[in-house]
Amino acid sequence: MAKSPSLFTATFRRDLLLAFRHKGEMINPLVFFLIAISMIPLGLGPDKDLLMRIAPGILWVMALLATLLSLDNLFRSDFDDGTLEQLLISPHPLYLSMLAKVLAYWIATGLPLMLMSPLLGVMLSLPSGAFIALCSSLLLGTAAMSLIGAVGAALTVGLRKGGLLISLIVMPLYVPILIFGASAVAEAALGNPFNMQLAVLGAILVMALVLAPLATAGALRVSVNG
Amino acid sequence: MAVAPVLFELRDLACERDERLLFARLNARFYAGQAVQILGPNGSGKTTLLRILAGVNRDYQGDIYWQGKPVTDLAWEFANELLYLGHLPGVKKSLTPLENLRWYAALQGAVPDEQLLTALAQVNLAGYEDTLCYQLSAGQLRRVALARLVFSKAKIWILDEPFTALDKSGIAQLENRLIAHAEAGGLVLVTSHQDIRFPQLQTLNLQDFAEYPTLGEPAHG
Repeated sequence: MAKSPSLFTATFRRDLLLAFRHKGEMINPLVFFLIAISMIPLGLGPDKDLLMRIAPGILWVMALLATLLSLDNLFRSDFDDGTLEQLLISPHPLYLSMLAKVLAYWIATGLPLMLMSPLLGVMLSLPSGAFIALCSSLLLGTAAMSLIGAVGAALTVGLRKGGLLISLIVMPLYVPILIFGASAVAEAALGNPFNMQLAVLGAILVMALVLAPLATAGALRVSVNG
Repeated sequence: MAVAPVLFELRDLACERDERLLFARLNARFYAGQAVQILGPNGSGKTTLLRILAGVNRDYQGDIYWQGKPVTDLAWEFANELLYLGHLPGVKKSLTPLENLRWYAALQGAVPDEQLLTALAQVNLAGYEDTLCYQLSAGQLRRVALARLVFSKAKIWILDEPFTALDKSGIAQLENRLIAHAEAGGLVLVTSHQDIRFPQLQTLNLQDFAEYPTLGEPAHG
């Protein structure tokens, strides 16, 4: 701490600190994930075969919705207190600061979601062979969803009520992630290989990693102009 | 003043907002060592002008030159020389003043913690380093933001209503700081609804560049 860290580490550290100081916001999507999934067996009855068949899809859809739930907060407070415009006019590359923000956001929301998923898999009687597929697909998927979602959050941060609009912008982009993620888990549950699905998810993540922070930075410039 | 280099030059600057022309044909030169107060009634575009100059808002017509070159060509060099304080303080309320300043220090380059603590002491916030900003008053929040002026190396200060919520001694302190910065060869652009005690203060009245003066009579020419 003797020397000032780079803006990337400073922003990353600041956002993590903020996430832990606002535990409520961080826990909100997790609680939604937990409640929504524990409601499924109650609603459908304890039919093990049925639960096993729908588990991959349900887990993935709920993870996706949980991510959407917290997306609006990503830039909201920075926009409201003026630190966002300070970031935009700084001499540092915006790509890196955006990456730092999304990384901190993902650690606070996506990572706990992934860590919690095997527990909920048990609840939906997902075969134990599918847990690795579930975790690894969610690891790649939530990271890609955070990056892509940041673009939607950046586009709508200037609007007073952007919540619904984010979903509309971001949902179509989430569809391929959902399809391949759920399919990886479903294949693993049947004992089949799931390398192909993970490879596609990885490719989506790499694309998002390269393009999404740039798009986010551009969208923020437009939002701040207003 | 004649030998001081031109830092900023505005050529034919115009800005429209919600189909209303805020100002047009704004030509101005700002020199190193100047302190300029932007004047104008509410809604005349003072904040918008400062946001344009700071590079936050890019929605304008005309050209801005910085040290003789278009500012868009020198974006990085310009950003290094700029300190902008908007009308939002830019202070995170769930962080302590010190944590807030640490982030700003990283924005600017290496500043050791001791220097940040001195900066906080200079704006009379010694003892509040580890208090969450939620518990600070509006004036104290403003002081956290103003502490950036103490350790900043920027040449151009663009300050939007920096005196808001400050007490009398805070106002006097800030005035002295602005004067010292101008005298050291910096440039201060400031909006304020109160009078600033500074003999060399220059003013730029945005009403002179309003397309339609507020009285409703169309401007000629």
